[in-house]
Amino acid sequence: MNRTWVVIPMYNEATVVGSVIEGLRPVFPHVVCIDDGSSDGSQDIARAAGAVVVQHPINLGQGAALQTGIEFALQDQMTRNIVTFDADGQHRVVDAAAMVTRLDAGEADIVLGSRFLDDRTQIGPMKRLVLKTAAVQSRLATGMNLTDAHNGLRAMNREVASRIHLTQNRMAHASELVHQIAEIEPRWVEHPVEIIYTDYSKSKGQSLLNSVNILAELFFR
Amino acid sequence: MLLIVQIVLVLAVILVSLVLMRGGTNARHLAIRRIMLMIFAVAAVASIFFPNVLTSLASFLGIGRGTDLVLYATIVSFFVFMATTYQRFRHAENALTALSRRIALDEAPKPWAEDRH
Ligand SMILES: Nc1nc2c(ncn2[C@@H]2O[C@H](COP(=O)(O)OP(=O)(O)O)[C@@H](O)[C@H]2O)c(=O)[nH]1
Ligand SMILES: [Mg+2]
Repeated sequence: MNRTWVVIPMYNEATVVGSVIEGLRPVFPHVVCIDDGSSDGSQDIARAAGAVVVQHPINLGQGAALQTGIEFALQDQMTRNIVTFDADGQHRVVDAAAMVTRLDAGEADIVLGSRFLDDRTQIGPMKRLVLKTAAVQSRLATGMNLTDAHNGLRAMNREVASRIHLTQNRMAHASELVHQIAEIEPRWVEHPVEIIYTDYSKSKGQSLLNSVNILAELFFR
Repeated sequence: MLLIVQIVLVLAVILVSLVLMRGGTNARHLAIRRIMLMIFAVAAVASIFFPNVLTSLASFLGIGRGTDLVLYATIVSFFVFMATTYQRFRHAENALTALSRRIALDEAPKPWAEDRH
């Protein structure tokens, strides 16, 4: 596999991030966590698990963390691919590996994860409706025929990564990213991924309230 | 007539807000904001000493009372204030993000440097 950096935005994920990184490292030895001032010791756990930790001096948000991670990985001249991956254990390493394989095979410049391409993901009806609405909206706005516009698992090659400049620090970065991809016009594909809704991720999840944010940002951009 | 004035006011709000939102912090926009503030202050003082002036201006525009005119002006200023404040906030946030990112990247360990020995 060409050198791939896995970029993980991380904020107060001490209970899970260690095992997430340990799961990644056999397949992806290069893992960077972008920490936003976690107060639960996530940084030390991530370092102990073998990740590089890049620390924002103040909390900037998930979108800013992704941009920082991308810029970090691009500083490594050997980097060919970049994967974005969540710290909370909702993504699967096998999915990420399959996505990078498609990049390396030259099938696409960016591979976007979608939880709606197969029926592995167990998802509530409300959340499904919100995510579907977001996907339809981004389809109308960009012409990209996406089935899942809010999926944090993505794999892109160096060329695409170097042309992404996220300025929306918080939730709106997801739709901003889709808009920038539409501008860049890379060869893109969606890849079926499973999102694991654990008790942990649900308990942390402001999921339904967060949906309000997602919808508000779509319509009041 | 009232409807027309209201439509014109709404259009003015949108137009001025858009103009001020686009530029943000440059000198021209600052000047426009200051002029608007001056006009507003003068009108406010005038309305204290000559309440009838505002009222006759208002009835000339077909609005009715001078108080209503002040209310409309206040709404316009409020929207402009919101728009410019939002814009400044975004600028400040972008600058802060760039600075923080630079610090974060400068302080980060760079494991690939070791590969080269
Ligand atoms: N750096 C950083 N990461 C964050 C922040 N908020 C969330 N994250 C990370 O972003 C990922 C996704 O967050 P999560 O809350 O699970 O969002 P969801 O799965 O999309 O609903 C996780 O890895 C979080 O640790 C933040 O403010 N800063
Ligand atoms: Mg999550």
